[in-house]
Amino acid sequence: MGRRVVITGVGVLAPGGIGAKSFWSLLSEGRTATRRITFFDPSSFRSRVAAEADFDPHLHGLTPQEIRRMDRAAQFAVVTAREALADSGLELAGFDPHRTGVTIGSAVGATTGLDDEYRVVSDGGALDLVDHTYAPQHLYNYFVPSSFSAEVAWAVGAEGPATVVSTGCTSGLDSVGHAVELIREGTADVMIAGATDAPISPITMACFDAIKATTPRNDDPEHASRPFDGTRNGFVLGEGSAVFVLEELASAQRRGAHIYAEIAGYASRCNAFHMTGLRPDGREMSEAINVALGEARMNGDQIDYINAHGSGTKQNDRHETAAFKLSLGDHAYRTPVSSIKSMVGHSLGAIGSIEIAASVLAMEHDMVPPTANLHTPDPECDLDYVPLTAREQRTDAVLTVGSGFGGFQSAMVLARPERSVA
Amino acid sequence: MSVKTVITGIGVATANGLGVDEFWAATRVGKNAIGRVTRFDASSYPARLAGEVRGFEVSEHLPSRLIPQTDRMTQLALVAADCAFEDAGVEPGNIPEFDMGVVTASTSGGFEFGQNELKKLWSQGSQYVSAYQSFAWFYAVNSGQISIRNGMKGPSGVVVSDHAGGLDAIAQARRQIRKGSKLIFSGGFDASICPWGWVAQVAGGRLSTSDEPDRAYLPFDAAANGYVPGEGGALLILEDIRTARERGAENIYGEVAGYGATFDPKPGSGREPGLRRAIAVALADAGVEAGEVDVVFADAAGSPDLDRQEADAITAVFGPSGVPVTAPKTMIGRLYSGAAPVDVVSAVLAIREGLIPPTTNVELSPEYDLDLVTGQPRTASVRTALVLARGVGGFNSAVVVRATG
Repeated sequence: MGRRVVITGVGVLAPGGIGAKSFWSLLSEGRTATRRITFFDPSSFRSRVAAEADFDPHLHGLTPQEIRRMDRAAQFAVVTAREALADSGLELAGFDPHRTGVTIGSAVGATTGLDDEYRVVSDGGALDLVDHTYAPQHLYNYFVPSSFSAEVAWAVGAEGPATVVSTGCTSGLDSVGHAVELIREGTADVMIAGATDAPISPITMACFDAIKATTPRNDDPEHASRPFDGTRNGFVLGEGSAVFVLEELASAQRRGAHIYAEIAGYASRCNAFHMTGLRPDGREMSEAINVALGEARMNGDQIDYINAHGSGTKQNDRHETAAFKLSLGDHAYRTPVSSIKSMVGHSLGAIGSIEIAASVLAMEHDMVPPTANLHTPDPECDLDYVPLTAREQRTDAVLTVGSGFGGFQSAMVLARPERSVA
Repeated sequence: MSVKTVITGIGVATANGLGVDEFWAATRVGKNAIGRVTRFDASSYPARLAGEVRGFEVSEHLPSRLIPQTDRMTQLALVAADCAFEDAGVEPGNIPEFDMGVVTASTSGGFEFGQNELKKLWSQGSQYVSAYQSFAWFYAVNSGQISIRNGMKGPSGVVVSDHAGGLDAIAQARRQIRKGSKLIFSGGFDASICPWGWVAQVAGGRLSTSDEPDRAYLPFDAAANGYVPGEGGALLILEDIRTARERGAENIYGEVAGYGATFDPKPGSGREPGLRRAIAVALADAGVEAGEVDVVFADAAGSPDLDRQEADAITAVFGPSGVPVTAPKTMIGRLYSGAAPVDVVSAVLAIREGLIPPTTNVELSPEYDLDLVTGQPRTASVRTALVLARGVGGFNSAVVVRATG
């Protein structure tokens, strides 16, 4: 086996939990961060709930110019990248900028910044020929979201390969998976990898309203995100970021780094079916899981916990339940499965990385986060979804999955390095 | 054991041609296709020229149900994908579905589609926003739509690194071929020539304000004063050379032999930008000495500071006027994620014909020690070509393509 890749630093910014510590408190206590939207007046929308982060960039070390030129999603990524780098201790140990790269995932880029600026240059939608004299220079950074990776590279001092990975709602898994490949093949020794999205804006709410993807459970916002529950009726939009420091195992061991987990396997497949629809059989997600397990040289029955996509739409939760059964067989019924989207909402491209963070923290604490708001069983979702309260259990290997628009299906296997076969 | 990843099919759409034959017929002779913006009235904006794709009637190519749910850049990409399959002589149905994937680059997504929905949102109300907005504008749409149309379920992806992304996508596609996929589509398309996209590009501060189509986008020229944006791009079919030979592929255009990517030091550091290093990494990856490179397809940003950086990097690696350099993108404008894939197409066609297309409209400034191919095309034996691409912020990518014969 060639170079093995481990996580040595974690940074998280999620609704209800800024910083890895406070994020884990939220999850382990089963609290929810969903609420009636406060960022704008949502009263004309079908879905009026979201998981918003109470984030003040000034309090997180961003300078006035950084704040002015960065979309909120870029700000998130810079803050979490800095947290991850500090957590890894790598900055003190020294690293070669030329051998350090950046991959940041994002499904919708600077969509909130674009929405705001369009409103101004079009004067509230009145002008077809929008007015360039009202456009700020940083509008180009919103136009092209690779600016997110540029900001992170500047913040951490990386000068190796840098890119944004944008595969919709699997971006957060695919960005980290891409970084793993770069370290394995020897292109980089360290990768600052993760994802960010800050999509809670009128245009995003409107487009999900239009396809009834988001929940209309507006009378009970704190309990609106209900993955795997029989009464679920759509997802709750969220926002946030998680970024990791990835290193090659041997060099991380040499410098005595704390190793959270090895990224033992990763794969992505497409369903080639529909931009937003899923076939109920879960075959393509199952294929991704199987390939990821194979890359990890593990069997399905070695998985201690499945961190589900669990968006809370009717079709998703059935689809992935079927995929888990296809790949893990009877072991699927014995494995706890949970969706943190019940607590922090669905932050589109960011959530895959936030769920990797939840997975490694579950390993760190030997505790599985719950699925909040799960009261009513659904006969088509008949696995152990860890309702309401976290569960203490030995957790050495985790499967985390994502599914998204465009048909992308991704799976990642995280394991304690001593546990995975060398 | 061979591990060569080769290009076996091409679909291209640019201002100077739809399809490989039309594109190359225009490019090889340096036909300028930059003109006034016609897709909207640009007369009130500081930039008024573009490289627009002309004569593209989407209804002739795609089923009517796909048209209202796709941005122009997706329509161009879907048609290019069809052309690439035809060019490669591959029926997608004959390849196992999990063995085919799509890795594209994007820069601004379906920006015109997004513009129209933003207008409805703010002028009429949220309930008027199209159901297709949820996926028609985002950066993953081309990979998703191509995979759906052609039944491709294998490893796929989407990268965004401004103008450099097209090369990063090709490198990722090569990675998947090396890991065992049989066929991967790669490349990029962008088409944001609409008022909202235009204003965003103007805001970047790098567009040429000239009104003369042949004196607007002038990289390495003393009159360089910004670039002209274009629309379009290219899609390539990549296969392992054994797979291609076993199926009797008619076109093996060339090998994707090397790749390197770097990011510039933070502005103000005073340290050397990363382009030279990206070139060095790509050459080493290909196992090629600088002296073996027969032509460099330059990024050609068209601004004096960026041209200077690129000329310095090329000169540092190849020596003063040490290698022929060209920038055929002066004919069609800068195509964002599509720019570098189109240059890779030009590179393999240059190899095939033994002809370097010219840097149209440009008169080389004596400030640069470059052997820039200007005016007429140059006949030359081309076996190895280097393609360079850079993105705003500091992205540098380089790809080496090589003759397979």
